[in-house]
Amino acid sequence: MAYTKRFDGRAIDDTRPITAKVGVVPRADGSAMFQIGNTTAIAAVYGPREMHPKFMQNPRGGVLRCNYNMMPFSGHGDRVRPGQNRRAKEISRVMENALRPVVDLSAFPNAVVDVFVELSQTDAGTRCAGITAAAMALADAGIDMKDLVAAVAVGFVDDRVVADLNYNEEHYNDYSDNPDKDRPVADIPVAVLPGSGLISLLQMDGEVKREHLKEALELGRHVAKKIYEIQKKALKARYME
Amino acid sequence: MTESLRQHIIQGLDKNIRLDGRKKDDYRKVWIEYNVSNSAEGSARVHCGPTDILAGVKMGIEKPYDDTPDRGNLMVNAELIPMSNPEFEVGPPSDWSIEVARITDRGIRESKALEQKTLCIKAGESVWSVMVDVIPVNDAGNLLDMAGLGALAALGVSKYPGKKENGKVDYEKHTDKKLQLACKPIPVTVWKIGKHLVVDPLTEEEKVAEARLTITTIEDGTIVALQKGGETPLTVEEIDEMVGMAIGVAKTLRALLE
Amino acid sequence: MTDQLLVKDKDVVVPGETLATGMAFLPTKGTYRDGDRIVAGKIGLVSVEGKVIKLVPLADPYIPKVGDVVVGEVNDVMFSGWRLGLRGPYSAVMNVKDATSDFIGRGVDLTQYFALGDYVFCKIVNVTSQKLIDATMRGQGLRKLIGGRLIQVNPAKVPRIIGREGTMSSMIQQATKTEIVIGQNGVIWVNGEPGLETVAVNAIKMVEDNAHKSGLTQTIKKWLDEQVGGAR
Repeated sequence: MAYTKRFDGRAIDDTRPITAKVGVVPRADGSAMFQIGNTTAIAAVYGPREMHPKFMQNPRGGVLRCNYNMMPFSGHGDRVRPGQNRRAKEISRVMENALRPVVDLSAFPNAVVDVFVELSQTDAGTRCAGITAAAMALADAGIDMKDLVAAVAVGFVDDRVVADLNYNEEHYNDYSDNPDKDRPVADIPVAVLPGSGLISLLQMDGEVKREHLKEALELGRHVAKKIYEIQKKALKARYME
Repeated sequence: MTESLRQHIIQGLDKNIRLDGRKKDDYRKVWIEYNVSNSAEGSARVHCGPTDILAGVKMGIEKPYDDTPDRGNLMVNAELIPMSNPEFEVGPPSDWSIEVARITDRGIRESKALEQKTLCIKAGESVWSVMVDVIPVNDAGNLLDMAGLGALAALGVSKYPGKKENGKVDYEKHTDKKLQLACKPIPVTVWKIGKHLVVDPLTEEEKVAEARLTITTIEDGTIVALQKGGETPLTVEEIDEMVGMAIGVAKTLRALLE
Repeated sequence: MTDQLLVKDKDVVVPGETLATGMAFLPTKGTYRDGDRIVAGKIGLVSVEGKVIKLVPLADPYIPKVGDVVVGEVNDVMFSGWRLGLRGPYSAVMNVKDATSDFIGRGVDLTQYFALGDYVFCKIVNVTSQKLIDATMRGQGLRKLIGGRLIQVNPAKVPRIIGREGTMSSMIQQATKTEIVIGQNGVIWVNGEPGLETVAVNAIKMVEDNAHKSGLTQTIKKWLDEQVGGAR
């Protein structure tokens, strides 16, 4: 028996319930919150501002710098020790790469745009929620952008392609009572530039066949479009009564 | 850097009008949301005007310290993340974040609000540890008081997680057993600017203040913790006036707690 | 594909949103052409003038330009001038000779003219490609700003806060008897009687928050009347 019915009853291309809000950190130049299921990301943008340390300055244009952080009480298990760890550093860098293609900072040599992403609760999909929130926060800050970026995790659970895996699906083999459940879950976070359909973040944990990867990416692009509509609505809501 | 601003603020205070129009003893509107983070054993979000902080409690099972074999451990930490204030930086905790954490910790510890003996599982072997993290999302002044209120609000709604047979925590299970709080210690900080005393400072007021005193009191007005900050000394009369202000404000804030 | 306008005048648009298709429409600053589409390049309000699609930014970081008048704060006193913080990524340098016509000999304490934390209303006279900036106090209305406080608004909202021919800012100044000096960098100096100055600050913030709405002058006028009516 394959994974025909999802743990929480969603259709394969359904995300968990989403809430998005722009302008949640008044002191920042731009900010946004993106919640998907029990994963909540808050993003705040400061800048362009003076770059410290100075040796990191780029005389040809501004630098986009992301900082991903899980709040200590936001983990699924034990308290997360505060401070930078290897995982947070890596995610910060892949977030920069995911957002960089749409951001134009050529008018700001030597300056930096800081994007702080904080997770206040997590249930899988944190880097995707972070990228989605960060794109809204950058737009809110009035940064020149060719497009937004919408991100979602897609993957294979027991050979079935699904969108927006939650924690239990990521750990399918611990939660399923299916007797022949030893296929690893493929967890594939993707970030999509909605206008062009280009992919600016791609990672995977698990195992996947070539033809399955393509299927997953198509699903990712499809779901990212839906997320983009939510981003758009949240950004406009700030200026509607 | 701020002498000109300081003089301007004092001119207003001479007429009992602050930069945002408040009187010296006015507090901005405070409201509390509970259980804002599913991953925590208990959490709260406290707003004071535009100031916005999150507090979350995680619990774990540890071996007790040798000198307190039947007491659970309490730890309070403040992460002043750079999201909340452009002057905060990424990296190891600043002196300010350590002070915020220590003042919050002292109020809860010294008032014995959290009865640490109730956290004992088996004396000398295993006890519950309670870890409180306070994190501002937007710092528009008055972090000190809000950290204390947030920590207490989060502790007040915290429930024990489950326990596995091997003695480890089962975070998948949540019990209905709440953390027991014996009292509600509320820290209120009174700030001195020129000859004036104000509560609930704006960021600008915090910058120009020459001294502050955090007074933590419980329901009956007993003072359970004090902390003076700033380089300017205070007179006994000023301290007495500050305590009076703090007790009054603490009553109002305490009434907001669930 | 046929030429088609997909948005209306005054619509709020976000980055990546298609504004029009076809080659007949012309992109301007804040928008770009991608194949046969015209796409928004930042968050803004659309303004359509015939075949020209304009975008009025709703938020915009400040980019210093020659001729801009800005409000700065003295950050550093140097051998022969001052460094002025403009609350953006770049600071300006004001040389002694651009600050006063007094003769200042070597070794004179420059803080008697401008000390740390002082506010100045000055003009940008030079900007290099790497955003080194020279500022001057020579020019009409440029001066040291004594007392008061600084507030910060989004530079995109500055034209609205000034209003057409200065109507908005002078209305707020008159109603609150508060001096207001607006820098194009989004830094605004206000100085007035304690309570009234707060009313002026709140009025400016109201304009900033509602800059995209029409009929704002009337709304603000009514609000100011309510706030200061009793004081008159």
